[in-house]
Amino acid sequence: MTRAVVTGIGIASPNGLGPTAYWRATLHGEAAIKPITRFDSANYWAKIAGEVPGFEAGRHLQGRLLPQTDHMTRLTLVGTDWALRGAGVQPNDIPDTDIAVITAATAGGYEFGQRELQKLWHQGPEYVSAYQSFAWFYAVNTGQISIRHGTRGPGAVVVSEQAGGIDSIGHARRQLRKGVQLALTGGMDSSLCPWAWVAHQASGRLSRSNNPKRAYLPFDRDASGYVAGEGGAIMVLETPESAAGRPGTRIYGEIVGYASTFDSRMPSREPGLKRAAELALRDAGMDASEIDVVFADAAGIPELDKAEAEAIKGIFGPFGVPVTAPKTMTGRLFAGGGSLDVASAILSIYWSAIPPTVNVENPVPEYEIDLVMNEARHGKVKAALVLGRGKGGFNSAMVVREYR
Amino acid sequence: MSRRAVITGVGVVAPGGIGTKAYWKLLSEGRTATRIITHFDASPYRSRMAGEADFDPVREGLTPQEIRRLDRAAQFAVVAGREAMADSGIEFDQLDPGRIGVSLGTAVGCTTSLEREFIVGSDRGKYWEVDQSYAVPHLYDYFTPSSMATELAWVVGAEGPVSVVSTGCTSGLDSVGYAAELIMEGSADVVVTGGTEAPLSPITVVCFDVIRASSTRNDDPTTACRPFDKTRDGLVLGEGCAIIVLEELEHARARGAHIYGEVAGFASRCNAYHMTGLHPEGIEMSDAINIALKQARSDATDVGYINAHGSGTKQNDLHETAAFKRSLGAHAYKTPVSGFKSMIGHSLGAIGSLEIVGSLLAFEQDLIPPTANLHEPDPECDLDYTPLVAREKKVNTVLTVGSGFGGFQSAMVLKKVEGAGW
Repeated sequence: MTRAVVTGIGIASPNGLGPTAYWRATLHGEAAIKPITRFDSANYWAKIAGEVPGFEAGRHLQGRLLPQTDHMTRLTLVGTDWALRGAGVQPNDIPDTDIAVITAATAGGYEFGQRELQKLWHQGPEYVSAYQSFAWFYAVNTGQISIRHGTRGPGAVVVSEQAGGIDSIGHARRQLRKGVQLALTGGMDSSLCPWAWVAHQASGRLSRSNNPKRAYLPFDRDASGYVAGEGGAIMVLETPESAAGRPGTRIYGEIVGYASTFDSRMPSREPGLKRAAELALRDAGMDASEIDVVFADAAGIPELDKAEAEAIKGIFGPFGVPVTAPKTMTGRLFAGGGSLDVASAILSIYWSAIPPTVNVENPVPEYEIDLVMNEARHGKVKAALVLGRGKGGFNSAMVVREYR
Repeated sequence: MSRRAVITGVGVVAPGGIGTKAYWKLLSEGRTATRIITHFDASPYRSRMAGEADFDPVREGLTPQEIRRLDRAAQFAVVAGREAMADSGIEFDQLDPGRIGVSLGTAVGCTTSLEREFIVGSDRGKYWEVDQSYAVPHLYDYFTPSSMATELAWVVGAEGPVSVVSTGCTSGLDSVGYAAELIMEGSADVVVTGGTEAPLSPITVVCFDVIRASSTRNDDPTTACRPFDKTRDGLVLGEGCAIIVLEELEHARARGAHIYGEVAGFASRCNAYHMTGLHPEGIEMSDAINIALKQARSDATDVGYINAHGSGTKQNDLHETAAFKRSLGAHAYKTPVSGFKSMIGHSLGAIGSLEIVGSLLAFEQDLIPPTANLHEPDPECDLDYTPLVAREKKVNTVLTVGSGFGGFQSAMVLKKVEGAGW
C-alpha cells in the first residue's frame, strides 16, 4: 500500500506563525485567546477569540491577490508557501499533474462576503466586486493554491465542520494511493467579522464566559462552550519515494490510519467517535496500546466532553493514554482546527513532546482521562491518535506515526 | 476481487417538474424550463432569468420544522433523497448504518438563507455590525453547508462516512466520484450521494452579472441558454437537485436490485490557470477524461454519448469541444454530444448530478436528450451536438464532464452493467 508522509508544515495559529514558532509557543502553553480586535465586539455577547496576530498579507503575497482574496485565503496561500518551502519542493521538482490540492472549508470567505453583501444592499449591484463570484465560495482555497503553484493534478474540497480538517488529509492520502506523488492538504479558516460572529453565537456552542482564562475549558467541570479562533495548517503530504527524490528532505511523520463516521439522530444509538477511532486504528493495523497520545476534539461542551471521554476510555481504559488539547490555547479553528491538530501530533512525534492543555483546573473525575495539564510532557512519542468532530454529527479520526 | 460502485436509485428536483419522471419528460422532449425569475424581484439585475423549480415543500411532505430549519437547497436534498431511497428498493433500516455513507455536493450552500438573514440583521446593509438580536436559531447551519449533509444523513440513517464536497460547479460530479471512492476502497457499501443547489438570490445573480458570464436575453428567457450556438451570450442560472443511491455491485446483485449503471471511472483536475477563465485548449479536462476512461477500462471509441458541460458561454464551448477532440480523436466527431443546461439552466453544484441522472435515463430509454436552442451552430464547434430533438441510440458508455470556477475540471464514465437486467 502506498505510504503517505508529511514533509512540510505551514501553520498560521493565534499563538504562532510557522511550525517552529507555533511549536515553541504550544509547548510552553502560551495561550492566545484575547479580546477581539478585528471588529468592534461591543454589541456582541461573545467578545474573545483566537486571532492570528502579526499577519501582514501584503508582505507575503503579490498586491494583485489582495483585492480578490478573503483573509482565510491569504492565510492559506502563505501557509502553503511555507509548507512547500519546508519540504524543499522547487517548481518543476514534481510533474504538475502529480500534485493534488485537497483542502477543507467550513464557511468560505465570509468577511469578503459580508463586505459585498453590504455593498449590494446598501449601495447597489454595480458596486459588488467582480471577485465575489469566487472569493467567498467554499472551493476558493483549492483553486487559488492550484493557480499559485501551477498544480494540475486532482483538486477537491471537503466540508464537515471541524472534522473536515482531518477529512481533507484523509482524502489527500487517497489521492496518493490513486497515483499522485504529492498533495497539498489541510485547512485554514477565518471568519472574524460581525456577520460570521452572529452565526457563531447562534450555534449555541460559544462559551458564555469572556474571561480568556476561563472561557474554553474542555473536560473541566466548568466547561461552558468553546472560543472561536482563526488559522490552521496546510501540509505537504507525499509518498516516501517522492520525498526521496529530494535528498535531505525531512520527514516529520507518517499518516497511517484514517476513518470517519456519523452520529445517528436517534439517542438510542451510540455516538460514532469511538467507532471512528477504532476504524482508524484498524486502518493503521495498530493496537490501541501502541498509541502514545490522543489529541482530543475537546468541544468544551459538557455532554460532548463526556461522550469523547467515554470513547477514549472505551478504547484505552481509564487513564489509559495521555490526552491533550492544545486548542485550549488557540480556540477552535473549524476546518483549520482538525488539520492543526494533525500537525501538532506530527510535531509531537518529531520533537518527542506532548503539548499541554491550558486553563483546565478541575477535570471531571468521572471522565477518567489522563489529561496533560499545564505543562508539556517530554519523552518519546511514536504514534498519536487525533480526534475531530464537526457540528451536525461528523466524527473523524487519524493515526500518525513516526516514519521508519 | 475489486469492488465496483453501481447506481440503484435516483431522485430529482428540477426546473420543469419534481421527480425523475417529470425530469425525463422535459429532457426527452427537448423542452426548456428557463424563465424570468419569480423568486424575487430581479428587475435591477443584468440577467433576470433562471431555471426555477416549482417546489412546494408542504406538498412534498416536509414538516413545519423541516421547512423552518432547512435552506431550500437542503429541502431539495431531503425530497430527492427520499425518492432515490424508495427507487433503490433498499430497506435502509435493515442495513448496518455504519456501512452507509453520504456525500453531497453543493457550490454555494445555504447562500439564499444567509442573504435573507443578512438583509434583516444589517437592516438592508445599513449596519456593518449586524444586530445579534435578529439572528435566527439555525444561522450557524446556514453558515457551514455541512449542515445539508447532516440533514440528508438523518433521512438516510447513515452512520458511516458523511461529508459535503464543495468544488464549485463540478461539485455534483465530484461528490459522486468521492462516493464511488468510498465504496471501492471499502469504507461503505451504500452511499447516498448527489448534488443540490438553490442559488437564486440577488447576491448569486450579481456574482455572474458583474463578470458578464450570464445571458442578457431577458426578452426571450425560454431560449436564452444556447450552448454551441453562435448566438449564445452566456449562462442562465438554475436550481435543483439530484440524489443518487450508489451501492457496491455485489451488494446490489445479492438483493436482485435494478442497476442503472456503474460509476466506472472518475477524475478531477485543476487547471492552474484562472479562477473564472478557461484555456481554449482544454488540456486539463482532456486529462481528466483520459484518466476516467482508463480507470473504466474503456477505449475512447467505446463512448456512445458525451454529456457536455454546455453552460452557454463561448469560452466553455470552445474549451470542452477541444477537450473532447483531444481525448477521443476522430471518434469525437461520430459521438453525439448534448447539454442539459440549455433546458434547465446551470444549477452550479447540483447540475453534475442532474446530468448523471439524465445520462442514466438515456441508458434506460435508448434515447439521447438534445441540446435545446441550438439553431445556428457555431462553426468553431464542429461536433454533433444533437440539436433540438432527442435521438434514439443504444448506448453502453457515457462520458459526462463538468467545469467550474476555481479551475476544476471533472470527468466521469458511466457504463451499463452486464447481466443487470437490461
